Amino acid sequence: MIENIIQSETSSTLTSEELQLINIELSHVPQKSGAAIDALKIVQAKRGWVSDECLIAIAKHLEMSAEELEGIATFYNLIFRRPVGDKVILFCDSVSCWLCGCENQKQKLSEILKIDYGETTKDEKFTLLPVPCLGACDKAPVMMVGDDLFTNLNSSKLEHIFANYREEGEK
Amino acid sequence: MTEKVLTKNISKVNETTPIDKYEACEGYSGLRKALKSMAPGECLTEVKNSKLRGRGGAGFPTGIKWSFVPKNEDCLPGHKYLICNADEMEPGTFKDRLLMEQDPHQLIEGMILSAYTIGADVAYIFIRGEYRLAIQRLNEAIKECYNSGYLGRNILGSAFSLEMYVHPSAGRYICGEETALINALEGKRANPRAKPPFPQVSGLWGRPTIVNNVETLCNIPHIIHKGAEWFKTLGVGEDSGTKLFGVSGRVKNPGCWELPMGTPIRQILEDHADGMQTGLNFKGLLPGGGSTDFLIESHLDLAMDYNVIGAAGSRMGTGTMIILDDQSCPVGMVLNLIRFFAQESCGFCTPCRDGLPWTRQVLEDLENGKGSEEDLETLAYQVKYIGTPGNTHCALAPGAMEPLQSAMKYFYEDFKNHVTLGRCPYEIDGVH
Repeated sequence: MIENIIQSETSSTLTSEELQLINIELSHVPQKSGAAIDALKIVQAKRGWVSDECLIAIAKHLEMSAEELEGIATFYNLIFRRPVGDKVILFCDSVSCWLCGCENQKQKLSEILKIDYGETTKDEKFTLLPVPCLGACDKAPVMMVGDDLFTNLNSSKLEHIFANYREEGEK
Repeated sequence: MTEKVLTKNISKVNETTPIDKYEACEGYSGLRKALKSMAPGECLTEVKNSKLRGRGGAGFPTGIKWSFVPKNEDCLPGHKYLICNADEMEPGTFKDRLLMEQDPHQLIEGMILSAYTIGADVAYIFIRGEYRLAIQRLNEAIKECYNSGYLGRNILGSAFSLEMYVHPSAGRYICGEETALINALEGKRANPRAKPPFPQVSGLWGRPTIVNNVETLCNIPHIIHKGAEWFKTLGVGEDSGTKLFGVSGRVKNPGCWELPMGTPIRQILEDHADGMQTGLNFKGLLPGGGSTDFLIESHLDLAMDYNVIGAAGSRMGTGTMIILDDQSCPVGMVLNLIRFFAQESCGFCTPCRDGLPWTRQVLEDLENGKGSEEDLETLAYQVKYIGTPGNTHCALAPGAMEPLQSAMKYFYEDFKNHVTLGRCPYEIDGVH
């Protein structure tokens, strides 16, 4: 009986596609909690972030407490527990980029988008986050916008990049 | 001219090497040779004799590490795991990305051979989530391998079987520590585990597990194919093989090059990175990532060998150097690094969780002109207590202290000037 309730709550929050993908991960871990990070990533991939409702539903599906899963979700930099924009900007602020003047580029970026670290633009298109070294130090300063890496950043390049995104958005 | 081994399929055009092209350049020859004519024990002997040392930073001899994995008759039946540590997050390190994006099959062949040697039947590539292109290309290459009989049941008709998975990380520097990585793969918070037991005996899901860096594993096909003796001739100093060396910072031509192990620092800096940018002078360098000690001008003729750099008071680490120029503030640079380490501390033990933010605060005060003589003493105290291995649960915090302690040794005047001037002396020129 209780199981049925849990089952129905879980399936009403998570889509059947999400559950299916999570179950694939479950097939090669010896205990259900082993798929915790994968499950969080699967849900986030579809929704952009992990809401409380989703977190609770995942925890139930993996037979772990919501508190334990929350401890895992908040540990990792790339699991978002708050809504983010359509694209997340990961701006490298590590040492090689710092030496190559990333602080000035960050300021420029903040001027263009009118947001600081941890904030989302009003049109909900972009969220700006700092990220540890992106492993492209020979082309510093660098950042990622969504899945794309941008290198050798300077003021005009930043303007150009976001002008392009604006154009794309208007199409 | 250096023999190109690891980067022979890598060019300036960032393209992957598909399976047919990889095979045409002797790809999978090492694997065919091993499965046809070498027992796992013979492969282990070859890797031990090659004197290959781990390329992830610690430099532990790979063959010795593998030899700690118990034989089947010495452990309970079940899986053994091989994990590739592709969580390249050490600040200033950009070598594994290159190997994975442009020659994924070299890594996969290295992993199949390594798994065969240690008797593993499941392999994971634990990779940074931000490395989207590498993840995509590795997944494509793994699919090609299943279709060609290099992965799956009875590889190339032998009795050996292996499953391989790519696991993108959810992002945390500490996942590069092998026991923390194992916890992350088990779906947990990535707190490092207490050792012993070592992962070779009890790792992923309590089973024997080997964790090796990307570049280390990429060497294996060549060692098996061409032999340990050939591999030893590649180095020009004490260590064998070639190494991916990188230079970042304000030099004329930053980049990553495959050079003989033992290449002098000056040669890398001047012949390959083309020296400092116009108007800037060399001040110091971190030889192998953000958690290595500074070296200075007088060290430039040292060979990039594990023991040579170790004897000079630093570590070769990942072999990707970060150059400090004379117009960037050493205190600011160390502050940037400490901020990173404080943020990435897993929070498990007190000296690291609380000590690093405290160090960050002191450095911020100094950089903002609010520092005092007493702060310099505090920094020396922190270096001594946080930096001593054994005072913390893992190597993160002692690693964080390495650039600070060496900066205080070589650039003490700069620290003092922040106090006496009441501001950062490098602000004058409008730089940082």
